[in-house]
Amino acid sequence: MYKITPFHERLSELNTQGLYTHWQAHLSALRYTHAPKHEYFAVRNSVGAFDTSPLFKYRITGPDAERLLAGVLTRDIRSCRPGQAHYTLWCDDRGFVMEDGVVFRHADDDFLLTAARPNLGWFGDHAGHGGRRLRVEIEDVSDHYGILAVQGPRSARVLASLAGEVHDLAFFSHAQVKIADTEVTLSRTGYTGDLGYELTVPADRALDVLDAVLSAGEGHGLRPFGEEALMMLRIEAGLPLVDVEWQSSRTAFTDEQRVTPKELGLGWMLRGVRDGDRAFVGGAAIRRELVEGTSRWASVGIVVDWHDWDHLHRNAGLFPPKNEHPLPYESMLYDATGGELVGHATSFMYSPVLQKHIGLARVRPELAPSKDRPGADVRLEISLLHRTTTVAATTTTSAHFDPPRKTARTGES
Amino acid sequence: MSTHQYDAIVVGGGHNGLTNAAYLAKAGLRTLVLERRHLVGGAAITEELVPGFSFTTFSYALSLLRPDIIHELNLVEHGFLPLMMPSSFHPTGDGDYLLLGDDHGQNLQEIRRHSSHDADAYDRYHHDLDRVCQAIRPLFDTAPPDVFGKDPEDQADVKWLLDHLGGIDRQVMHDTVRLLTGSASDWLDDYFEHEAVQGFHASSSIIGSKVGPMSPGSGLVLLFHKMGEHDGHLGSWAFHKGGNGGFTQVLARAAESFGAEIRLESPVTAVLQSDGQAVGVALEDGTEFQAPVVVSALDPRRTFLDLVDPRTLPADLVDNIERMKFRGVSAKVNFALDGLPVFPALPDTVDHYGGFLNIGPTIEYVEKAFDAAKYGWYSERPFIDAAIQSVVDPDMAPPGKHVMSCFVQYAPYELRGSDWETERDSFGDKAQAVLEDHFPGFGKLVLHREVVTPLDIERHTGLTEGNIFAGEFLAPQMYFFRPAPGWSRYATPIDGYYQCGSGTHPGGCVIGSPGRLASQRILRDLKH
Repeated sequence: MYKITPFHERLSELNTQGLYTHWQAHLSALRYTHAPKHEYFAVRNSVGAFDTSPLFKYRITGPDAERLLAGVLTRDIRSCRPGQAHYTLWCDDRGFVMEDGVVFRHADDDFLLTAARPNLGWFGDHAGHGGRRLRVEIEDVSDHYGILAVQGPRSARVLASLAGEVHDLAFFSHAQVKIADTEVTLSRTGYTGDLGYELTVPADRALDVLDAVLSAGEGHGLRPFGEEALMMLRIEAGLPLVDVEWQSSRTAFTDEQRVTPKELGLGWMLRGVRDGDRAFVGGAAIRRELVEGTSRWASVGIVVDWHDWDHLHRNAGLFPPKNEHPLPYESMLYDATGGELVGHATSFMYSPVLQKHIGLARVRPELAPSKDRPGADVRLEISLLHRTTTVAATTTTSAHFDPPRKTARTGES
Repeated sequence: MSTHQYDAIVVGGGHNGLTNAAYLAKAGLRTLVLERRHLVGGAAITEELVPGFSFTTFSYALSLLRPDIIHELNLVEHGFLPLMMPSSFHPTGDGDYLLLGDDHGQNLQEIRRHSSHDADAYDRYHHDLDRVCQAIRPLFDTAPPDVFGKDPEDQADVKWLLDHLGGIDRQVMHDTVRLLTGSASDWLDDYFEHEAVQGFHASSSIIGSKVGPMSPGSGLVLLFHKMGEHDGHLGSWAFHKGGNGGFTQVLARAAESFGAEIRLESPVTAVLQSDGQAVGVALEDGTEFQAPVVVSALDPRRTFLDLVDPRTLPADLVDNIERMKFRGVSAKVNFALDGLPVFPALPDTVDHYGGFLNIGPTIEYVEKAFDAAKYGWYSERPFIDAAIQSVVDPDMAPPGKHVMSCFVQYAPYELRGSDWETERDSFGDKAQAVLEDHFPGFGKLVLHREVVTPLDIERHTGLTEGNIFAGEFLAPQMYFFRPAPGWSRYATPIDGYYQCGSGTHPGGCVIGSPGRLASQRILRDLKH
């Protein structure tokens, strides 16, 4: 039996399409209108709202909460002060990525962790290892809260009318605010690569807070957006998605299916790991990978050569498609001559904002762009009139779209 | 004066002039754009006429802009942001409506709601039209061959054209000819039975042209407007962030990034010549700028009759340009609104305002609106192509308020027995009355109204007789006859003097190709 989110009652009234998917067994709108692209533009150009409530949420409290998280999360939680949040990973003992999530630190001994999949058991096991049970409580509060993402260049302006604190929030920080007489965690977080916020709201007050947000958004072009628009936004932003960009090491059968944090393009989370001594799950393996340079892959963006794309299709008698709906399959990547397999694309779409076909991909490390090396020429496999062929592409950094406003001070705007 | 010496001077900072300058500068030419007004953009400008309200005074949508230009000039880096129109809204005149959007299945059901017969005709119609567009696109994106030329290069071009035409499927060729020569009404009759479905599809057949949907030639106008291909969707149109002025600002930044210099408030009065060769231009105040290449982005009348002495040009060219038809019939009535208009059958939604609002319920309605124009008067009940751009781009108006651009036909440039200064308000009232009929209470929302007559268009943009295409879309004024037989390849009889405005192939509309193709011609000539 499916579940509904705390915002569902109101958001479903705004859904003219009746198109839902199941996200962790919750009804989740694919789109609200006939045009998911319009929802996408709302986020890139004004403001949109996304119901991200189906995420699992765990409250981790107690004197040893930090110790637990420092020992299981890949990114060093000790650098996350109260009022800040971390996007983070947790890995298996061989340094392969299991899951990702965002951890909000509310106090020295009080954290809220979101996760795409159930993880209470795993965290609980680690709290109890070796007979030295840590003084920590882990509570599954998934159903206690709804989370509403309010994203886009106008998000700060819309939310400021409800909570002035919004202007004080730096990227990945959060504050407790009052909206619609309700205590809300307002965080500058999101999954769109744009200026944006998330509101973590007690489930029984979710509709009141949603109504306040919708009414504050009137005149600002605010509209709810569904998963189709979200996929476009996150691919443009270069944000990886579990089961698309990687498979959890827990469910993988071979190491070919697994990736390390660095291979997933999240090497920036490993600050201090190479030369530090923090003990965490997978740490030794990750340290070895960094020291020995044994990463098998680099995660990159790819940009297709528009001219080649155009010509291939026109010469085949077709109109060159520019489909913003992400393709759900892996395409192979070959070297510039088209001869040798050098990687694969994990996500691929036409970006309306960038006016190009873009993708996220995993390639051999030497093909990734770096400070002193531009991207490499590769060829992407596509299907054309029932045959496979390849189209010219270049590797880039994975954040195709990364506007300054995402992290800028917002002030009074 | 050495500071006044350039490699190329572009006269007129409209979108084609800017495009041309950007390409020339990108190729390494020291390029100067001279714009008469205080802002670039020509007819593609956005003006804050009321504080907080951005009006697209003239041109109001990104129509046919060629994808090549977006990429070749790196426009995205300079802020290019097309906002796709998610819907088209067509009130049917009886309180009902036709609302089409991005979901094909829902569109078919929407048409079926009016006519079951027309639902599958809709698919057939679009596929046939797509195939025509596909067939003629190569002609659209290249300079017309010089069919009168005798040198081997010209003959190779002609052979290319004939080969291309010869390769077109016979049904597609027949459809193409029917469109190019016939009326939109006849063409649509072959597909649709329902008068509102016909009316909806006929709306693009009269834009900017002194034709009605029943006039031969309206098929050509319909086809031309279908050539837009934003984001890979044929016939799709978009708004640019910040209106079309936002777009021309992007173009200006791109041109400047390649090194072009733009001078505002610099009206050019003459192209300077020496021994039949263009050597520069003179401004109204007497300032002179020198360059071996001078490009006019103005319309053909100004290019050939104003900027140079027509007595120095071949008589047949001058005759053709004087005979060229420019009869402007379009006007704008733009509004600042206190809130969204309400369409009674759709009281609680805004989604029908995502794109064009097409006020011209049936072909007969539009044809009747045209009747007045034949006899020198404006329509009692005009056709209106409206857009509330602030719905898609909230930055164009204060929160909760809106700007509404209304393209209104018919408004002939020359009125019989009166003039536009006298008729301005009465004309605005007629347009507003039509809106009031469809959106009761509309008048109460109006905070500001701007009436832009064909005379205003001519005065402000320099477009002769206010013709928005810089020369009407009539078969004898297209392709290798645009702007005149023998002069369709961007050169002029004066060495070093070129043309790149919408009056050259494949202008008008916001398309950029004339500017791009002219730059290719200029750069090729410089190499020889």
